[in-house]
Amino acid sequence: MASHAVWVRVSHWIVTVGVLTLGYTGFVILMAHPRLYWGVAGNDLTPALIELPISRNYHHGGWAEASPLLQNRADGPISANRTYDIFNKNGWGRSLHFLAAWLVVVSGAVYFLLGIARGHFQARIWPIRTGVSRRDYSLQQKWVYSLVVFVAAPVVALTGLTMSPAVTAAFPLLLRVFGGYQSARTVHFFAFAALTLFLIVHVTMVARSGLRRQLRAMTFGE
Amino acid sequence: MRRKITRRDAIFTGLASVGALALRYPRSLPPTYGSLLRMGDNLTYAAHRVLLPQQALVNEYEEKDITSFPAIGTTDPGSSGSPERARGYGRMQTGAFADWTLSVEGLVRTPRTFSLAELKRLPSRTQITRHTCEEGWTAIAKWTGIPMSVVLEAVGILPTARFVVSYSYDDFANSIDMLDAFHPQTILAYDMNGRDLSVPHGAPLRLRVERQLGYKGLKYLQRLVVTNEFDDGGTKGDLANGWSWYTGI
Repeated sequence: MASHAVWVRVSHWIVTVGVLTLGYTGFVILMAHPRLYWGVAGNDLTPALIELPISRNYHHGGWAEASPLLQNRADGPISANRTYDIFNKNGWGRSLHFLAAWLVVVSGAVYFLLGIARGHFQARIWPIRTGVSRRDYSLQQKWVYSLVVFVAAPVVALTGLTMSPAVTAAFPLLLRVFGGYQSARTVHFFAFAALTLFLIVHVTMVARSGLRRQLRAMTFGE
Repeated sequence: MRRKITRRDAIFTGLASVGALALRYPRSLPPTYGSLLRMGDNLTYAAHRVLLPQQALVNEYEEKDITSFPAIGTTDPGSSGSPERARGYGRMQTGAFADWTLSVEGLVRTPRTFSLAELKRLPSRTQITRHTCEEGWTAIAKWTGIPMSVVLEAVGILPTARFVVSYSYDDFANSIDMLDAFHPQTILAYDMNGRDLSVPHGAPLRLRVERQLGYKGLKYLQRLVVTNEFDDGGTKGDLANGWSWYTGI
């Protein structure tokens, strides 16, 4: 196997910094509202799909007496005032999340274009048997890398964009594709959870196959 | 015969496109105070203004899609804040907001105040839209109100106007650029789901800025100020309170 090309090494580490920041801030953002829903709308006064026990906002601290929102439907939608001071660090959490997203999207796009232009995907990543050298990635590895690069990462990026009201005003198709804002948010979470699982397996395998050698190869080439 | 695209054509077309996009770059950006986070916010703002269509409408929903709607932040200026403020708002509330006025001032030809009755006589717009909270939840409601453009045209904004700063009775402020101020779905809402706007949701008048997050839709409106320089209300505004000014994301 040839050594990693410079553009692979550079984008690998930029994406690493970006993805770790996205994971951390994504968790902080989720802590503000640790409930996931399906469909367009969802809030503390509507049923959740999943509730995550990750902050003091889990199961919420309380609501004042509810009042009906529609005149002719007492059993319909309600409004209620919060009686509980929630955990919320989104003032910096969201901005740091988007800063990291810019980093990953820009370097990811460069990686993607070069990957196609240089034949990198075809030679190394796309799950077909090219194996002449025993140091090529195995078919299994290629499948996993392909799922990460061509499925999970684009899904995370697109569901992220689907949560932007300005972007979906321009491209309402995104809302239809993912079945609404809250569905996109839920898919965003699970797709990133899948990436986290990949990260754990990836780092474990790197460590088991010679951490120092692998780090050197991904940083300085060989 | 098919016309050949020459290198010169390609270069001119490329330059023309970049030029056209550069024209859309915001002339005035919010201050960053050296914060990397706020620089990222400005990058997002500039990118949205340059790359996205300027007056695209957000999705509108049906009556049957209306959902429950938490009331957060200030839910009654009549019983919170300074005693003076509580008394002032409480008095207006008791009088069914007959004494309430919205002042429109700054870079306008004829600064004036509007009573609620006067505002309700202006052309209105009704829209069923999704409220997106920075916390992560969403809710759908039907809003009726006066497009901000109608109010701004009634007072005649001056050509140098760039931002509209809103001030509220619960001592917050917020601002938007002219593109959002004149967006057809940016309205001053006095009606929620077919009823007068309730106190927890911002009675008697609140702002709706549908292409941005919920917190741009200031409740308990008191005053609109048109400015030519960036102004988000200083200590009452988003930046001073640790929040991003542009929230189209």
